[in-house]
Amino acid sequence: MSRLHSLKRGQKARIRAFHGDSSMEEALREIGFAEGDEVELLERGLVNGSPLSIRLDRTILALRKSEAACIEIEAD
Amino acid sequence: MSLEAPLATNEKSNARPQEKAFTLALVGAPNAGKTTLFNGLTGGRAKIANYPGVTVEMREGGFTTPEGRKIVLQDLPGIHGLSGRSTDARIALNAIRGEIGETPDLLLVLIDAPNLHSHLQFAFQIRSLGLPMIVVLNMIDLAKRDGVEIDLDALEKTLGVPVVATSAPRKAGREALLTAIDQALPDLARLTPPKETGRSLRDFQLQARQLSAKAVTAEPGMHRLTRTLDAILLHPFFGLVTFLAILFLVFQAVYAWAEWPMGVLDSLITSLGQGLRTVLPDNWIESLLVDGIIAGVGSVIIFLPQILVLFFFILIMEMSGYMARAAFLMDELMLRVGLNGRAFIPLLSSFACAIPGIMAARVMESERDRLTTIMIAPLMTCSARIPVYILIIGAFIPASNVGPFGLQGLVMFALYVAGIVSAVIVAFVFRRILGRGGEQSLLMELPSYKMPQLRDLLVGLWSRAKIFLRRAGTVIFTVSIVLWFLVSFPGNDLRSSFAGMIGRTIEPIFKPLGFNLEIVIALVPGMAAREVAVGALGTVYAIDGATETSEGLYAALQAGWSLPTALAFLAWYVYAPQCISTLAVVRRETNSWARMWGMTAYLFALAWFAAFITYRVALALLG
Repeated sequence: MSRLHSLKRGQKARIRAFHGDSSMEEALREIGFAEGDEVELLERGLVNGSPLSIRLDRTILALRKSEAACIEIEAD
Repeated sequence: MSLEAPLATNEKSNARPQEKAFTLALVGAPNAGKTTLFNGLTGGRAKIANYPGVTVEMREGGFTTPEGRKIVLQDLPGIHGLSGRSTDARIALNAIRGEIGETPDLLLVLIDAPNLHSHLQFAFQIRSLGLPMIVVLNMIDLAKRDGVEIDLDALEKTLGVPVVATSAPRKAGREALLTAIDQALPDLARLTPPKETGRSLRDFQLQARQLSAKAVTAEPGMHRLTRTLDAILLHPFFGLVTFLAILFLVFQAVYAWAEWPMGVLDSLITSLGQGLRTVLPDNWIESLLVDGIIAGVGSVIIFLPQILVLFFFILIMEMSGYMARAAFLMDELMLRVGLNGRAFIPLLSSFACAIPGIMAARVMESERDRLTTIMIAPLMTCSARIPVYILIIGAFIPASNVGPFGLQGLVMFALYVAGIVSAVIVAFVFRRILGRGGEQSLLMELPSYKMPQLRDLLVGLWSRAKIFLRRAGTVIFTVSIVLWFLVSFPGNDLRSSFAGMIGRTIEPIFKPLGFNLEIVIALVPGMAAREVAVGALGTVYAIDGATETSEGLYAALQAGWSLPTALAFLAWYVYAPQCISTLAVVRRETNSWARMWGMTAYLFALAWFAAFITYRVALALLG
């Protein structure tokens, strides 16, 4: 069961489910993440590999490693 | 001109005679282009509407539709949905529901057209509120440029409300929207979707994905340029290097670019003072005008160019899409010192002025992080301190070189660094005091890079200039007159004047810092605004007999102050708690007198100890 933060640069995957508390799920959904969406890891930060920039369709979203860990993905 | 008159008459008054103005609200995600559309529709003429009782400041502007309907347009803070996680988002939601200010007659729901697929869910969420609305697909020109094709009819059919496409910067791009507004207003019931309750965010997402799969007929990959630029600008190493280079350029430009206009302003003000002196008879009116008003207000006005240069860069960074990247780059670093990347934008604004910085902290969802950001915002060296720094450094620090750098510039840089380092320490302490509250998420959109719109830039700069000049014209003007009076009466000797009496009463507190009576007197009006201290020193020494030119003030300072005193004064101003407007905003934003006094006390204590240590160390080293 892999999570969004385990993606490598340029790797794509599909969102399967949300984990973590309901407030985190709400925030992730509100900004646009949904089950079935394709995501691609674009860039990562220098320290600790955080934050991550993620392509979601044509939109780019930024989130921390801990936040990305709440998104379960499956290989495309 | 005709636009402003009706605005003024129906402003907040319920009596709207024959001509009823409609209230429209702009609703959308943070980067959907609300500001550009607002400036395009209203011509940039906006006022900040203040609603008493609640902490809200909203931009409002007026315009007339092609059919002659009068419109009041509200620009609401950006939201992604209905959850209201941050203060800003709650304000927007309350305004939509009419709990703040005028209930909007019609919502203009902005959707970022190039990103329709992931943003369409917003339209479904707003629609569930059951309020009259028009969906506006903004930046349609950018969508077309990228090859995104959208079927408006399909969207309209499913959403059941009008859908129009706009490109906000151009007049032609806004025509469809104006026509839609004119068609909508006579029959608002037709545009009111049924209210839906109990639906989950997941439902809205499913609906939106289904519709966008149908309505987006062609969709290429993401914006190429953005991807290429991000590979450099968000690069773990080169991204940080570029970021530091940009910051360095900004601070260099604040000094280099502003030098010439400042010189011009300075000589204008000086010749105005000298001109008045030759024209007017030598009496108290001449003294009030020249020593009080021109010396006081003039010494502050000349810093307008620097403030505009700083805001020029802040606005460019915001409009181009770089600001969000800066927050991205700083996030992990700032997390380690107890803050986070989201605090970067409020703190950067605080370098211009703490007030917009403190208000910008509203975007933060975590109350603990918002409070911490507010508490340290005054430690970022605001532009009001620049006059003080420049005056003292110019008078006391030799213009020699240390290696390739000028010594004066290095001292200035050190003062900025001192503020930042203190902020890090204070943030660390505050986090301990406030405990482990809810963690602030980073979660934000990185907008695709855009060419900044000239109009938005000019409108932004003009509103900054207005705020600054209004302060100079009201607060500083008043303080200059009051101070002139206190310094001039009774008798012409500073010590025996009212100001001298006040100064001598509180002088013992400042004696250990090496501050003389003139400094103490200047600190008191400095409470109104930090830059007033310069004007106050100008007035105090002008009354004392020194001339009103800046060379005259330099000479007076050099004669009256020792070097340790000057350094201690600089150290004091790194913390300088005395700015009433900032304290008033802190009181309002935290809704707590205790927090405001707490901030005052901690800044005062830091200022006192920093000045004390600086004075003692300098005294010991310099003899």
